[in-house]
Amino acid sequence: MYNLFMCLAIPGKIILIKDNIADVDFGGVGRKVGLDLLPDAKIGDYIIVHAGFAIQILDTDDAKERLDIFKKIL
Amino acid sequence: MLNMNTIISKIKSLAIKKTNIMEVCGTHTMAIASSGIKSLLPKNINLISGPGCPVCVTPAGIIDSAIELAKNKCIIITFGDMLKVPGSISSLEKEKSSGCDIRIIYSASDSIKIAKNNPKKEVVFVGVGFETTSPTIAATVKIADKEKIKNFSVISAFKLIPPALKIILEQKKIKIDAFILPGHVSAIIGFQPYGFISKKFKTPAVITGFEPSDILEGIFFILKQIKSNKPEIEIQYKRAVKPQGNPFAVKLLYSVFEETDSQWRGIGIIKNSGLKFTKKYENYDALKKFKIKIKNIEEPAGCLCGKVLTGIAKPQQCGYFGENCTPLNPIGPCMVSSEGTCAAYYKYGF
Repeated sequence: MYNLFMCLAIPGKIILIKDNIADVDFGGVGRKVGLDLLPDAKIGDYIIVHAGFAIQILDTDDAKERLDIFKKIL
Repeated sequence: MLNMNTIISKIKSLAIKKTNIMEVCGTHTMAIASSGIKSLLPKNINLISGPGCPVCVTPAGIIDSAIELAKNKCIIITFGDMLKVPGSISSLEKEKSSGCDIRIIYSASDSIKIAKNNPKKEVVFVGVGFETTSPTIAATVKIADKEKIKNFSVISAFKLIPPALKIILEQKKIKIDAFILPGHVSAIIGFQPYGFISKKFKTPAVITGFEPSDILEGIFFILKQIKSNKPEIEIQYKRAVKPQGNPFAVKLLYSVFEETDSQWRGIGIIKNSGLKFTKKYENYDALKKFKIKIKNIEEPAGCLCGKVLTGIAKPQQCGYFGENCTPLNPIGPCMVSSEGTCAAYYKYGF
């Protein structure tokens, strides 16, 4: 479904980097992601990925704060 | 960040007059429709869908040209949403079922693998999308160039969001009071290219994320700006959007492409709103390589997609909507795309 939405990008965590390509964990599903647009990304960073390329590093403090609020709602 | 009930009550207290808010991005349109956000908002907050559906604004002539190349034994690759879009007489999906080699990919870089695995065939990528997508294709072209892959090229039908917003602000048929700006386009370009919205047009705009709580918070930020009468470009989606965007990606994009006037389906030509190849990478330009001239194709008479894309009409005002035009048998592009306004209205109601 994510594939269908052109401008939707999904977050994942970088597990490994080799030759500018990262192994990224999307909540248990692994995929290879190009770092051509985000050369500063490091192992452990949460990134947002669009069409197979990382486009931005996620600010984890802001993301965690949101997850906490979701947990409170649930 | 506030919790959702608090945001909704704050929105209600700030919504004192009729406010037209355009959500520019098709992904926002779908998120708003599927989450039922409209039913939570006061009646005087009018959410209007904008032109940010890449498939919807891609001219039929682009699809006709891709079909022509497919019939001439090229391998055509694109993202899934493009397949069903009607050209003037057929769609890529119909041609695929009649034997043309048309493939859907997840990552732009998959096209490199396809080109390598089919050295005797020409592989043509139908490139549609906004500033989120075009840098991934620019990166792919650079990889192809580095690896000296010659049988790969791109039909560049990429579009830029800010020039389209300028057209919407300049038209007089409907007044847009504020914008919910696209999250992931902005993750690339940052807030600066939208500056004219608040400076010249005195219109508030908030770069917003895609969760329902993000969208509600974005609307709350907009109403606060309206109340204080201080329009600015604000970032709600801070976890993904840095003020400067991703300058590395922008630089890479503009090393492969440069701005050009571009045709938007149903809207017309918008100045400097598209991307064409720079001289250095023109060998990857499918239009040059195969000497293609994109034909100008009239939309079906009575189809209101152009007006829907600019917020002037709602889908249900179109005579075809829900009767002759449905997701299974679409007439206009807004019904085809999974993030098209008509498709969202058809699936989730108004």
